[in-house]
Amino acid sequence: MKHTIKELEDIASQIRRDIVRMVHGCQSGHPGGSLGCADFFTALYFEVLNYNTDFKMDGIGEDLFFLSNGHISPVWYSTLAHAGFFDKSELATFRKLDSRLQGHPTTHEGLPGIRVASGSLGQGMSVAIGAALTKRLNGDKSYVFTLHGDGELQEGQNWEAAMFAPFHELDTLICSVDYNGQQIDGPTKKVLSLDSLQAKFEAFGWHVINTDGNDMQSIVEGLHYAKTLTGKGKPILNLMSTQMGAGVDYMMGSHKWHGTAPNDEQLATALAQLPETLGDY
Amino acid sequence: MKKYTYTEKKDTRSGFGAGLHEAGKKNENVVALCADLVGSLKMDAFIKDFPERFTQVGIAEANMIGIAAGMTIGGKIPFTGTFANFSTGRVYDQIRQSVAYSNKNVKICASHAGLTLGEDGATHQILEDIGLMKMLPGMVVINPCDYNQTKAATLAIAEYEGPVYLRFGRPVIPVFTDPDQKFEIGKAWMVNEGTDVTIIATGHMVWKAIEAGEKLAELGIDAEIINIHTIKPLDDEAILKSVKKTGCVVTCEEHNKFGGLGESVARLLTTELPTPQEFVATNDTFGESGTPDQLMSKYGLDAVNIVEAAQKVIGRKK
Repeated sequence: MKHTIKELEDIASQIRRDIVRMVHGCQSGHPGGSLGCADFFTALYFEVLNYNTDFKMDGIGEDLFFLSNGHISPVWYSTLAHAGFFDKSELATFRKLDSRLQGHPTTHEGLPGIRVASGSLGQGMSVAIGAALTKRLNGDKSYVFTLHGDGELQEGQNWEAAMFAPFHELDTLICSVDYNGQQIDGPTKKVLSLDSLQAKFEAFGWHVINTDGNDMQSIVEGLHYAKTLTGKGKPILNLMSTQMGAGVDYMMGSHKWHGTAPNDEQLATALAQLPETLGDY
Repeated sequence: MKKYTYTEKKDTRSGFGAGLHEAGKKNENVVALCADLVGSLKMDAFIKDFPERFTQVGIAEANMIGIAAGMTIGGKIPFTGTFANFSTGRVYDQIRQSVAYSNKNVKICASHAGLTLGEDGATHQILEDIGLMKMLPGMVVINPCDYNQTKAATLAIAEYEGPVYLRFGRPVIPVFTDPDQKFEIGKAWMVNEGTDVTIIATGHMVWKAIEAGEKLAELGIDAEIINIHTIKPLDDEAILKSVKKTGCVVTCEEHNKFGGLGESVARLLTTELPTPQEFVATNDTFGESGTPDQLMSKYGLDAVNIVEAAQKVIGRKK
């Protein structure tokens, strides 16, 4: 471990503060899923992923990460800033004119750490597969990680990709699903049930593991365990239970905060629950 | 009228297959993907020599475009292959976000474009693909005119850094361009110099424009014929120079007149040099089953249609 669990939890707390402040600052964006995945991003970037902050698009010899559900950009931007890809002061420009921190992640403005645009859902797994194929051709043994929303799995392209990866034995691919059971119009069970994602992915030939995405110990151990499963002919799916809005009591567990910004009073309430650990931007 | 002859007929898709094979030999970073149409795309030679650099994706075009975008990360140059319909309309959003907006070095190679796909009918005969692709910021759009030009274009796009849409077709047509030509993206080819009317043609319509030029010569009309193989970026300079001389223009394409080459030319001329123009193109319609020749005739894409359009547009000159 590069950090103690407590240290990682402190980083996640700061990232959560950044998320609500960023979304409040432009009065738009997606706080719910961002907060729910703050622990995953912390574990990934501060414990698991092997990368250079001197960003190179080709990422030769580095682990790569692709965010497929691009609307949770605030959590990624804050994580990248604290990991050293760019100065955290830039977080104040989120969703504002002339910013590199677009509403949804993009390579277009040259923000370090991002390798493909996402936002229109369902495309990230295919891109990650392509990157993993190129690593295989290049003899590059590093890993390719992704994150997907659970509602996002309603997009058909995911299942084209889910069929492809095991068939081609892409066993350096570690995909995680933000399994919070919520989407814009309500619970996934009511909008279009995903039923058993574990059974679906296992039937497609994936090695599925389950983690608690809001328990730092569970997610760190889960991602390390996922790495030990690589090289065995199967891609790995981390089915990661989370709470939308995790860390802010009034946002938790409801789809209401999928894409709504807090007002001044709500911001103050949220920040009171999230200790400032690394210094606000 | 300059004399053009041919000794053989070949399909442009075979020019792509030959070009891909040669590009693969030249550059080990060239990789190919196909969505269950290897034979139709003439990828066999590439696959035989570079099996590890070929990915069979299955009937999953959206996944193929995404994989191609991802493969550029780490330095590969992916060429995707399927029919034009499934290369564009079916995967527009994947191309828009993962390729064009992300500025990925993907070459989207599309066979069976237009009516000349023939008997399969309108589900497969896309006449909107040039429009779809040219609307995407940064996308290069190329529609070569014969086997040799398609092969040369395939080699050229392998060396170009950025997303490209390469459109070609199924029917065997005359091979009349130089087998050793150097293909310059965005540079028009002067097929025949003339003074009375400018005929601008792309793809399969270039040979028909040559046939039309011969008929016009018999009628005493001296046609300038320009091959625009690169619809985007358009060779503004070549078009303006010609139209300044002739004062009228006919555009010819196996594509809907809405969104195609003709509209690109009209946009240029209306801002720079307002000029009478006639469109030889399909008129806001889907195709249907039939032989390629029957379809080109029924939908007004024959040499005779170019001759008529030339006569009409000359009559509109002030």
